[in-house]
Amino acid sequence: MILVLLILIPLLAAKLTFFSKEAAKNVALLGSLLTLGLSVYAALNCGTENLAPFALNWMPAIGAQFSLAADGMAAMLCLLTGIIIPVVLLINRNKAIDNPGAYYALILYSQAGLMGVFLASDALLFYFFWELALIPVYFLCSRWGGERRIPVTFKFFVYTFVGSLMMLSALIYLSLQTNGVNAMSLQNIVAAGKALPMMQQHIIFVLLFLAFAIKMPIFPFHTWQPDAYEQSPTQVTIILSALMVKMGLYAVLRWLLPVVPEAMAYWSDTVMTLSIAGIVYASLIAMMQTNIKRLVAYSSIAHMGLMCAAAFSGTELSQQGLMVQMFNHGINITGMWVIVNMVENRYGTQDLKKMGGLANTAPGIAIALVIISFANIALPLTNGFIGEFMLFTGIFQSASHYHMVFMAVAGLGIILGAVYTLTMVQKVAYGENNSGVLAVAKMNAAEWTAVIVLIVFIIVLGVFPQPLIDLIGIR
Amino acid sequence: MKAIIAATVLAILMMYAGFVVKEKKTILSIATLLLAVLLGVNIYELLTMQEGATIALFQYQLTITRFSVWFNMLMTAATLLYVLLMGNDIIKVGKHTGEYFALFFFILVGTYLLSSFNNMLIMFLGIEIISIPQYILAGSDKRNLKSSEASLKYLLMGAFSTGILLMGITLIYGATGEFNISKFSFLQMEYINPMVLTGVLFLIISYSFKISAAPMHFWTPDVYDGSPTPFTAFMATIGKTAAFIGFIRLFHTSFASISQSWTIVLAIITAATLFVGNITAVFQQSVKRMLAYSSIAQAGFMLFSVVSVSALSWQGLVIYGVAYTIATLGIFAVLLKLKDFTFDGFNGLAKKNPFLAGVTTIFIFSLAGIPLTAGFMAKFYMLQAAVRQGNLMWLVIFALLMAAVSAYYYFRVIIAMFFKTGEPEISELSGAQKFLLVLTALLVIVLGIAPQLLLPSGI
Repeated sequence: MILVLLILIPLLAAKLTFFSKEAAKNVALLGSLLTLGLSVYAALNCGTENLAPFALNWMPAIGAQFSLAADGMAAMLCLLTGIIIPVVLLINRNKAIDNPGAYYALILYSQAGLMGVFLASDALLFYFFWELALIPVYFLCSRWGGERRIPVTFKFFVYTFVGSLMMLSALIYLSLQTNGVNAMSLQNIVAAGKALPMMQQHIIFVLLFLAFAIKMPIFPFHTWQPDAYEQSPTQVTIILSALMVKMGLYAVLRWLLPVVPEAMAYWSDTVMTLSIAGIVYASLIAMMQTNIKRLVAYSSIAHMGLMCAAAFSGTELSQQGLMVQMFNHGINITGMWVIVNMVENRYGTQDLKKMGGLANTAPGIAIALVIISFANIALPLTNGFIGEFMLFTGIFQSASHYHMVFMAVAGLGIILGAVYTLTMVQKVAYGENNSGVLAVAKMNAAEWTAVIVLIVFIIVLGVFPQPLIDLIGIR
Repeated sequence: MKAIIAATVLAILMMYAGFVVKEKKTILSIATLLLAVLLGVNIYELLTMQEGATIALFQYQLTITRFSVWFNMLMTAATLLYVLLMGNDIIKVGKHTGEYFALFFFILVGTYLLSSFNNMLIMFLGIEIISIPQYILAGSDKRNLKSSEASLKYLLMGAFSTGILLMGITLIYGATGEFNISKFSFLQMEYINPMVLTGVLFLIISYSFKISAAPMHFWTPDVYDGSPTPFTAFMATIGKTAAFIGFIRLFHTSFASISQSWTIVLAIITAATLFVGNITAVFQQSVKRMLAYSSIAQAGFMLFSVVSVSALSWQGLVIYGVAYTIATLGIFAVLLKLKDFTFDGFNGLAKKNPFLAGVTTIFIFSLAGIPLTAGFMAKFYMLQAAVRQGNLMWLVIFALLMAAVSAYYYFRVIIAMFFKTGEPEISELSGAQKFLLVLTALLVIVLGIAPQLLLPSGI
C-alpha cells in the first residue's frame, strides 16, 4: 500500500496545488514533504513486510497488471526523488511565476510519474509512467522556459518519444513470447527475453537501448540535452538532470540487463566505447562553454557517460557503484543547479564572463559552490568519490579486452572534469566582479535549507556510505 | 435483423419528418430521439442473443453474430454522440436538414450489412448504401463551390472504385462459382487460380479507395476539406470505420487461407498510407486539412488489423475504430467552435478558454497515442496483432517512426494553444455542449485505462 501512496500522494497534492492559486508553492512544498516522509519510510522498511509488492488485475486480455514492487534500488531512487523535489521547491521561492498553480502542479505530476517508473514491475505500466513523467516536463519547459524554449523542448520531446515507441515495440514482442498469463510482468518479460535466440536478442537490445540511451543521454544521442537544460527553468532542469536521466540508467539495470544478458555482453564494448568517447567529448565542450548552464549540462553528459560505461562493464562492483553513484550524482548535480540558480538570479545572466567576485560579495554561496564542485569532481571525503571509485574499479575488472584503454580514457575525463569545474568556480567566485551588480543578496532561509541538506548528504555519504550500500543491496 | 429493419424504418420516418416539420431545432430533436431508439433496438438485440449464437438470414446471405451486433451498437452510439456533439452545426448546413439526418440512418443500415454480410452481393449493397449518402453529404452545402466540387470528385472516384469492386467480385465468382464468402475453397485447388488473385487485388484496390489508403487516397484531402465541416467529421470517422469492418470481414473470413499471397501487397499499401498521410500532414497550415491527412495516417494504422490475420485484429479494429472516432469527433467539435481553421487560429486558446484547450489536449494526445488515452491502447492492440503475425516487424517499426512524425503535427496544435499568444475567436459554448465535451474527453481517458470495456466477454 505504501508503494501506491508514493504515487498517489504527489498526484493528489498536484491536484490540490493546481486549484490553490497563490498558496500553490506552499501547498506543493507541503505535499512534497509528505512524499519525502513516505519515501524515507519506504527506504527504511525496504525488504520487510511493510513494503510488500502490490498487484491488481488491470488488463487481463493483454496480460497487464497494475503491479508495483520495490527492491533496494527502486527504494533508493524513490528516496532520491523524494529528497530532490522539496529542494526544487525551496529554491526560487521569491521569484514571481506566471500561473503558479499549474507550474507547481506539473512539477508534482512529474514526481508521480518518476515514482511510477521506479516502482512499476509490469512492462505496460512501466511504459505508461515512462511517458507520463515526460508530459508534465514538456509543458513546464515549453511554457516557462527561456527564449528558444518551444523548438528546443519539442526536439527533446520528439527524441524521447521515438525512443519510447521503439521500447514499446520491444516490450510487445517480449510479452508475446510468454504464455499469455501476466505476460507483461517483469519476471515473465525477463524469462522470455533470456530464452530468445541470439538474433532476436540483438533486435530487442537495439530497440530497448535506443530508448534508454536517448533518455540518459549517451553520445551520440545527446543532442537534445544541452539545449533543453539551458532553456528550461532551472527548477525543471534539476528534475531533468537529477531524476529523469536516472530513468534511463535504472531502465538499463532493470529492463535491459536481465532481459537480454547475452546481447548486452555482445554490445558492451560498443556501448562502453560510445560512453567513454562521450565523456571526453562532453568534457572538452564543457571547457569551451561561456554559458554556465550549458557548462553544467555538458558536465552532466560526461558523468552519465561514466555511469553508462559502468552499467555495461558487467561486473558486480560496477553495478553496485552505479547505484551508489546514481544517488550521489542526483544530489551533486542538484547542488550545482541550485548554485547556478542563485548566481543567475543575483547576477541576472548566465554568461560566465559577466560573473566573478562572488567570494567577496556573497561568501556563503561561494563556500557552497566550492563544496559542491568538489563533490562533482569526486574529491575524497565527498560522496562523489565513493561512487566513482567503485565505478572505476568495476570498469577495470571488466572482462573486456580494452578495459585498460577504457580506464585510461575515462580517467582523462576525470581530469578534464576537474579542469572545467574549477575554472567555473574560479570565474564565478573569484577575480573581479564583472557583473555590474554590486549588492548581491544573501542566501535566504529557504535557500540555506536547500543547500545545507545537500551538503549534509555530500559529506555524510562521503564519510560513511554504508547505509546507502546496504539499501541498494536489498533484493 | 431487428436493427436493420428498425434503421430502415427510422430512416424513412426521418425523411417524412423532414417534409412535415419545418423548424430545424425540432428536426434535430426528432433525429436524436430516433437515434436513441435505434441504439435501444441494438442493445435489445444484443441482450436477447445467446452467447456464441449465429443467426443466418436469407439463405446464409447474412450471418449475425454477437460481435457484429456489438459493433453495430458501438457505431450507432458513435453516431448518437456525433449528433449530440455537432447537431447545432449540422442544422446550419444547407436547407434540407431532415434529409441529412435520414442519410445517417441509411449509412447505419449499410454499416449493419457490412458487419454481417456473408455474400459478396450483400457486401456490395452495404458499401453502396454507405457511399451514396456520403456523396450527397459532401455536396450538401450547395451554394458553396468547394462543397460541390468535393461531392463531384467523391462521386467520380467512388464510382470508379465501385466498378473495380464489381470486377473483383465477378472474377472471384468466375473462378469459384460462389458468392458466399464462407464457401470459397481455395485450398482444394491445385494452384491458386490467377483469376482469384486478380479478383483479390481488385478488391484490395477498391477497399483502399473507400478507406482512403495510399495510393488511392488522393480524393480524401479535397473532399474532406471541401465538405461542410460537420459532415467531414462523420465521413472521416464512422464512415471510414464502417468500410473497415467490411474489409476485415471479407478478407479474414474468405481469404484468410490464402493470406500469404495478399498480405505483402496490403503491408506495402499500409506502409505507403502511413508515409503519405503523416509526411503530408506535416506541411499543412489548416487544421482541418491536417486532420484529413491525419485520417489517412490513422487509416494506415487501422490497416494493421486487416494485414495481420488473427483473432486479435478484430478486437484491435473495434478499439481503434472507437478510439479514433471519439477523439476525432471531439477535435472536430472544438474546431467548429473556432472561426479560423488554421493552426494560428488556435493561438492563445489556453488563456482565452482553458476548458476548450484542456479537452482538445486530451483528444490530441489520444490521436498521437500518448498513454492513458484510448488512442494509445488502440495503437497497442494493433501493434500487438502485427507483432504476433511474426514477419511484419519491419512494418511495426516503420509505423512507430511514422507515429513519431505524427506527434509533430499533432503537437503543433498544443504548442499553438498553450505557448503562443493570440486572440482566437470562439463562438459561445452552451452548458450542454460543455457537458458533452467533458463526457467525450472522459470516455477517451476511461477507454485508455480500461480498453477491455470495449470487448466484453462473450462477443
